[in-house]
Amino acid sequence: MAGMTVIVRTIARLLFPFTFLFGAYIVIHGHLTPGGGFPGGVIIAASIVMLILAYGIERAQKKVGFLHAEVLESVGGIAIVILGLFGLLLGISFLQNVFPLGELGQLFSAGNLPLLYLGVGVKVTAGIILIFYAMLFAFRGEEE
Amino acid sequence: MQRALALGMVVAIGVLLVFTVSTNLLPFGSFPSRQIGENFDNSIGQQILENAPQQTGAANVVTSVVWGYRGYDTLGEVTVLFAAVVSVVMIFRAFGRRE
Amino acid sequence: MSLEFLIQNALLVFLFVLCLIAIELKDLLYSVIVLAGASITLTVVFFMLQAPDIAITQAAVGAGVTTVLFVIAISRTRRRE
Repeated sequence: MAGMTVIVRTIARLLFPFTFLFGAYIVIHGHLTPGGGFPGGVIIAASIVMLILAYGIERAQKKVGFLHAEVLESVGGIAIVILGLFGLLLGISFLQNVFPLGELGQLFSAGNLPLLYLGVGVKVTAGIILIFYAMLFAFRGEEE
Repeated sequence: MQRALALGMVVAIGVLLVFTVSTNLLPFGSFPSRQIGENFDNSIGQQILENAPQQTGAANVVTSVVWGYRGYDTLGEVTVLFAAVVSVVMIFRAFGRRE
Repeated sequence: MSLEFLIQNALLVFLFVLCLIAIELKDLLYSVIVLAGASITLTVVFFMLQAPDIAITQAAVGAGVTTVLFVIAISRTRRRE
């Protein structure tokens, strides 16, 4: 995958921060507004995939490597399980909320729900990037 | 054969969708309810809608259902995603090595 | 027969027609693009049913990621059926 023309590269470069910010907003505000970890993670992953397609896989590999994505996916999954174990250790049951609830409608409220959504967002982002990398790597030998 | 099968499935689902919506058999977008005997009971959904902001502290009721009331289901969903990613990477790695 | 009811039924019929076109087209790239259009139609239907969470997910996954995945898959295989 050798990247595309200057027009596509420029538009991808200009569009990337806004798409990334929108995805991050959807993940972080998952407990207040519609959205959440899964759609937000998919939007962040789409912004990074856009860069991969525009600039070529070799250059994208230096920024977000295959190993980074693999590690991040595992970290997201482990974070969810550890947050669940907090409830098991301190509270009553698995995934029980042990943090203070806070005021309704504020950003720092709802106990562990935003943290869980953060874990899901990281996991989904890394997972979808990983799928794209796997698909692009598998056929790389045919082009050369 | 495969195309005929896919076409048949799309036609069947479409006819079912249009039929159920247009004849008011199942009102489109109605509140989910459970039928017990003669009367419809939607007490579970109603209770969640009323109590969710106080119990979980989240302004978005969908979030409080997804991670608050049904945490185990969502953990299973995340596990399914993990399994899907692992299997895709495994298959394409084996595919790349063979070439 | 309210206006909302009519619009919803029209959108469902439009979705049905788009799915039929996606099956019938011989060029798979056109088929993928029609499928993305069907996904956007489904997003509007979900939004009219007051399910914005599902609408966002459908727009991001259905029109965004699956389209790119299919296009990559087509670019590695044959374009015509």
